[in-house]
Amino acid sequence: MSSQFVIETHNLKKTFVSKVKGKQEEVKAVKGVNLAIKKGEIFGFLGPNGAGKSTTQKMLSTLLLPTSGEVTIAGFDLKTEQIQIRKNIGYVSQAGGTDAGATGYENLILQAQLYGLTDDLAKKQAEELVKRFQMVSFAGRPAATYSGGQKRRLDVALGMTHRPQLLLLDEPTTGLDPQSRVYMWEEIKKLKADGVTIFLTTHYMDEADKLCDTIAIIDNGQIIIEGTPLELKNSIGADIIVFGFSDQEIALKSKNLLLAKFQPEKVNTEGNEVRLYIKNGDQILPEALRLLDANHLTAQNITLSKPSLDDVFLKYTGRSLREDKI
Amino acid sequence: MKLLRETKLMFIRNLRQTLRSPVFIFVSLFQPLLYLFLFMPLLNNLGGVPGLPAGKTVQIFIPGLLVMMALFGSAFVGFNLIDDIRSGVIERFLVTPVSRSAILWGRVLRDAVILDVQCILITLVAIPFGLTVNLGGFLLSLLLYAFVSITMASTSYSFALIYKIEDPLAPTLNMITLPLSLLSGIILPLALAPLWIQDTAKFNPFSYAVNASRALFAGNWQSWEVVAGFVIMFVLMVVIFSWSLSSLKKID
Repeated sequence: MSSQFVIETHNLKKTFVSKVKGKQEEVKAVKGVNLAIKKGEIFGFLGPNGAGKSTTQKMLSTLLLPTSGEVTIAGFDLKTEQIQIRKNIGYVSQAGGTDAGATGYENLILQAQLYGLTDDLAKKQAEELVKRFQMVSFAGRPAATYSGGQKRRLDVALGMTHRPQLLLLDEPTTGLDPQSRVYMWEEIKKLKADGVTIFLTTHYMDEADKLCDTIAIIDNGQIIIEGTPLELKNSIGADIIVFGFSDQEIALKSKNLLLAKFQPEKVNTEGNEVRLYIKNGDQILPEALRLLDANHLTAQNITLSKPSLDDVFLKYTGRSLREDKI
Repeated sequence: MKLLRETKLMFIRNLRQTLRSPVFIFVSLFQPLLYLFLFMPLLNNLGGVPGLPAGKTVQIFIPGLLVMMALFGSAFVGFNLIDDIRSGVIERFLVTPVSRSAILWGRVLRDAVILDVQCILITLVAIPFGLTVNLGGFLLSLLLYAFVSITMASTSYSFALIYKIEDPLAPTLNMITLPLSLLSGIILPLALAPLWIQDTAKFNPFSYAVNASRALFAGNWQSWEVVAGFVIMFVLMVVIFSWSLSSLKKID
């Protein structure tokens, strides 16, 4: 087996069987997912609600048994070596899992003990985590008194108690204020720098874009596209460059020049503006400026917009991520 | 060894959770106290009817009341588990290498210990009412109440794990506990009941626990009732605990 991958799944399936009015009903939640997640990467798993995102993550965290398929995590087989897997992974659910009545310290010490540390070592480990996640000022208080951001820090610290090589994060920043979100992003990047592989689900496209090395979009139980954020955005097609000129005549001249030189997907003029739809717009832009300059045409303003991951999501699922977050 | 340590860790975690609001331990004593002060005096005037010897009503009533406390007092612990499911605590425990049975043992043992403390308190309160306590018998009966408590707590946890929400839990548990207590001769002796009720009660495992409890308070250690009570409650406890454990493993 190749040690390059921390998570490998082959044709992973989960079918729920429920009885409705005496009839057996099958719900195919995950219909054959193949994943190969490299050591040290941040892997983003995106999808609308009910797409199979959480079901997949629960199977990877040993909470749910797959109906069929091969899964290897940290080199261990999910069917036969669950205990080994549990020792090697951390999982932070959306609910978090902190014991609200207990203090941060109590939560962390128990968690360390549950992973087999002696009482002394557990205490030491808890103190290290409190420093590492900057919780010194509040770790002695009951978790029920924490702000959303403080609680989330404790959640992640709990998931990292046994220094796992893989951390599964379920919507790590949902419901956080902007400042806490940024803090959480920094923490996730730090974990990556420490060599931890991160598998995260998220609803936020800007989050996936900023953090993830690889993104997979799941819909209706199947992965419909996978790649780096850039690849996914490029797969949409064109970027948009808008040139603003001082009058219509210059705009028309410029349009003809640009059309002849770059073969864009589409170009149109609207008043004094030229809109150029073109792939790799960021590379084209300097060239386009030089071309205009050489012909003594000066643009007064320029904007370049790249397609966002929202556009990617919309294209591949037919839905916007935002509208399914009611 | 691993299971013992993990059970201990879980037990301490759960006990701490209960002791954070100790007032509830006393609040749940309110109901048995009401029975003691407002109901037992009624029985005193009944003394002499079948199953209730004259002048000894407290001796018959208290051992039954203690079984009732075990029955009702442990039946609603599932609510507390639903809190832990909702906050993700149970899921977090399940992702650790901790043994699943330790997660449950740590809860039911906490429930049994709290219950036994309450039984001791009620017994102490009943002594001024003329209750005589056979120490050996009483200590043994505490083990019996623990079996009852673990059985009921496991039932409650099973339903909590199946429903995962509070709404259907209380009606389900009431539906179970009320007939069990009515058909066990706790409040009034079954000897007063028509024959068909007496026959039905023979299928109620908890009626054997009540008989055993009364025999132990009377000091009849080696009686058939005591053996039957312990064996039946032990088997029931093991079966229901296993059911609860499989519900925990199946939670998703």
